[in-house]
Amino acid sequence: MPDYNWPPQGNRRLMGKRISRIDGGEKASGRAKYNSDINPQGLLHAMLLTSPYAHAKVVSIDVSEAKALKGVTAVRVIAQPGTEIQWEGAEIAAVAAETEQIARDGVRKIKVQWEVLPHVVKENDLSKAGTRVKAAGEQVTGDPDQGFKDAEVVHEGYYAIPVLTHCCLEPHGQVIQWNGDSIMAWPSTQAVSPYAGDLAKALQLPATQIKVHQDHIGGGFGSKFASDRWGVECAQLSKESGGRPVKLFLDRATELKIAGNRPSGFANIKIGAKKDGTITAWQSQSWATGGMAGGGSPPLPYVYTNIPNQRKNHSSVSLNAGGQRAWRAPNHQQASYLTASAIDDLAAKLNMDPVELFSKNAGYTARADVYRQQLAKGAEMIEWKKKWHPRGDTTPGPIKRGLGLAVGTWQGGGHNSNAKTTINPDGTVLVELGSQDLGTGTRTAINIVAAESLGLPLNAVKVVIGDNSLPFSGASGGSTTIGGVSGSTRRATLNALEKLFDVAAPALGVPKDQLEAVDGRIQVKGNAAKNLTWKAACAKLGASSIAEAGAHDQRNPGGLASAGVGGVQMAEVSVDTETGLVKMIKTVAVHDIGTLINLKTAESQILGGCIMNICGALMEERVMDVATGRHLNADMEFYKLAGIGDIGEIVVHINTEPEHDKRGVIGLGEPSTIALPTAIGNAVANAIGVRVTTLPLTPDRVLAALEGRRA
Amino acid sequence: MSSKKKPDVPNKPGPIAKTPVSRRGFIRGVGLGSSAISAGVLSTGLAEPALAAAPVGPAAVPISLRINGKAQSLTIEPRVTLLDALRNHLDMTGAKRVCDRGTCGACTVIMSGRVVYACTVLAIDAQGKDIQTIEGLAPAGRLHPVSSAFVNNDAQQCGYCTPGLVMAAKGFLDRNPNPRTEQDVEKGLGGNLCRCGTYVGVRKAVLEAAREMRGGRNA
Repeated sequence: MPDYNWPPQGNRRLMGKRISRIDGGEKASGRAKYNSDINPQGLLHAMLLTSPYAHAKVVSIDVSEAKALKGVTAVRVIAQPGTEIQWEGAEIAAVAAETEQIARDGVRKIKVQWEVLPHVVKENDLSKAGTRVKAAGEQVTGDPDQGFKDAEVVHEGYYAIPVLTHCCLEPHGQVIQWNGDSIMAWPSTQAVSPYAGDLAKALQLPATQIKVHQDHIGGGFGSKFASDRWGVECAQLSKESGGRPVKLFLDRATELKIAGNRPSGFANIKIGAKKDGTITAWQSQSWATGGMAGGGSPPLPYVYTNIPNQRKNHSSVSLNAGGQRAWRAPNHQQASYLTASAIDDLAAKLNMDPVELFSKNAGYTARADVYRQQLAKGAEMIEWKKKWHPRGDTTPGPIKRGLGLAVGTWQGGGHNSNAKTTINPDGTVLVELGSQDLGTGTRTAINIVAAESLGLPLNAVKVVIGDNSLPFSGASGGSTTIGGVSGSTRRATLNALEKLFDVAAPALGVPKDQLEAVDGRIQVKGNAAKNLTWKAACAKLGASSIAEAGAHDQRNPGGLASAGVGGVQMAEVSVDTETGLVKMIKTVAVHDIGTLINLKTAESQILGGCIMNICGALMEERVMDVATGRHLNADMEFYKLAGIGDIGEIVVHINTEPEHDKRGVIGLGEPSTIALPTAIGNAVANAIGVRVTTLPLTPDRVLAALEGRRA
Repeated sequence: MSSKKKPDVPNKPGPIAKTPVSRRGFIRGVGLGSSAISAGVLSTGLAEPALAAAPVGPAAVPISLRINGKAQSLTIEPRVTLLDALRNHLDMTGAKRVCDRGTCGACTVIMSGRVVYACTVLAIDAQGKDIQTIEGLAPAGRLHPVSSAFVNNDAQQCGYCTPGLVMAAKGFLDRNPNPRTEQDVEKGLGGNLCRCGTYVGVRKAVLEAAREMRGGRNA
């Protein structure tokens, strides 16, 4: 059996280096085809009719005029009379037509009679949420009453972090052709291999009848795992339109209303400590919403999970608003914000430097040494010692500067993945997986691992992913992809190489365990002069190719992958105390990720996590209207994302020391997207001397906090 | 927030101003979030007696567009945007439909030398204009220096905003061939939004592309 372990850190030619993504040219030239781009022969376009009400009953629905419209090929009623709609944007009917314009006209011709019912769309004031509140029950660890008695300083605070939407630039949707017994699906999905099973279940068909293909996906962030109602209706519209392909992608407003969101998080926190900063007790009363089904429960206290004495209460609030989906690091931004804002306020009350307080209590975390080292590194990178001042910048003038920090953690173990590596007699190599590249660089990572394993240059290996006819590979969620695909690729490729050694060994006159693949040659270990070129070795295969499988089993990663990381992020901001405007000056991000595969795309992913969190810290939130129950900013002009001028300087440091490298590959997408909103909030408090309790830190909230009002 | 719209690219909504005011155009103008722009749409539209031009539609009409130097004939309803004409009728899908109302820049193309959002231009109004899309930037198998710089600097992740950013960068560099700092780039590309968070790479890529293009290797 081959030795599957990663090559020693000093012996890697490609792994850990700065390598450009292999599909970069395709994307940057506009040639990459996303599934929203494909236009198969005979394509029809479909549109949804959605609910204008947050809570209502469908009394009657008349689609006869829509059906009669010239160019309309099929109309589906999704919400039959009697159906109770629980959020604005819910799917009511779908129309397929020759053009998008006709489909839109068809939707307008559908007549619905509604019985409008009372709604609840806001959860910030728990006392107004009435029967929509479900308490989870009290959790107590240790003796919180004694813990607060032992405390010499106690801080109490209120903190709030809002619902965000995923706002994927490529909206949710798919093209589907249902022709006779077979369905061809081109979805925008984070789950190429599992998608067919999900759609098959909804359509009550054997999964073997469904083929799925996706070359590129325009953003998912945790919201694109299922086939969804629109996928099912798209298939049915195709069937009812005589088997012609149908394209149904959500319009922007519907995308923001119903295609997923991040739950909110609110809490009253009480935290106690000795004068030296040792935390003695924690108490939290938290609540959140994730839509009708209630809200996520953030893991509190976050990272500092072993604070000895805790009392926790969490309530979930049901709202008439679109349902939550996993949003990059589910529940962690909320937990980070609720916990580390309180610890930062405690530091201010103790007159302590937060770096010192977070370090001092690192013993309560699962990785004390990692956090202490990362806090020190981050502090060095942002020049904490030089720039930090106690809360409230006392320099004259309206512009105040401040520093803040926060910590994160994530598991990110590799998912189940299968790969197939083919070595052909002409020397070409093919690696195939039913995986997907969310823009994280998965395709490139597979290429790097295979080429590294074979001693070949990158371009000597062809990587094919994105089709469910390829070996099953898990959905991309929870930062589990890199661990899974790197493990399966490594095993499949070394299994194939072993077969090549079988034919090369006789020619070189040594047993196969004496061979190695280096620099495009199969050579005898310790005697490089005795070798066959890669081409010559492959030519010995005659007419047969080698095709070998390899699997990564998430329960048994075998040293190639691991789970559990820390991560520290720090922010420097300026705040204009006259306008309330917060500007990013600098962000530093320090992350351990186990074994590094591609420095370039890993850095990009961390930068992306930081930028996404700058949006969430400063400008992004779902705004619901109490009077109408509507999502007021289901668009991109008022649902605000950061522009290129809003992000300041961002510097990334990845831990590649031997103690991290030896752990195996660990995912990175989530851990980079946790701590920064909290760090920015803490930096603003450090700058202006008061806490802005509620994210995002918009100018009105900053000014309100400065005036001493709760924002 | 502060930088989404920069006065540096005032011409983006220009083509609207030449259109008789329509509800769609008006709403889109307002959607741009700039009172100056929407007022411009209103006054130009209402003041122009050019409304006298013969009405077309609502049925599909034959039109001709000059795209990447080539004449393209198609038959579309007058309400079809340039973006939808490109994507649905000509299978030119580099420009993406994301916000569909002039906010995000994913559909950016260059029209008669101006950077415009293709979702805010009606295809019939794009007749007679020289339209440059990302498909025309480089011949098959080759990359324009801006695209190459995006690859080198990893200025993309999912890549859905990327064609728009590349075209905005091309348009910016056409007018400002010598950006000196990342701040210059931020002003030029303030009209494009990315969700994955690729701006750090974009800032570097545009400066690198400027150096390459000044070097005369391509343009």
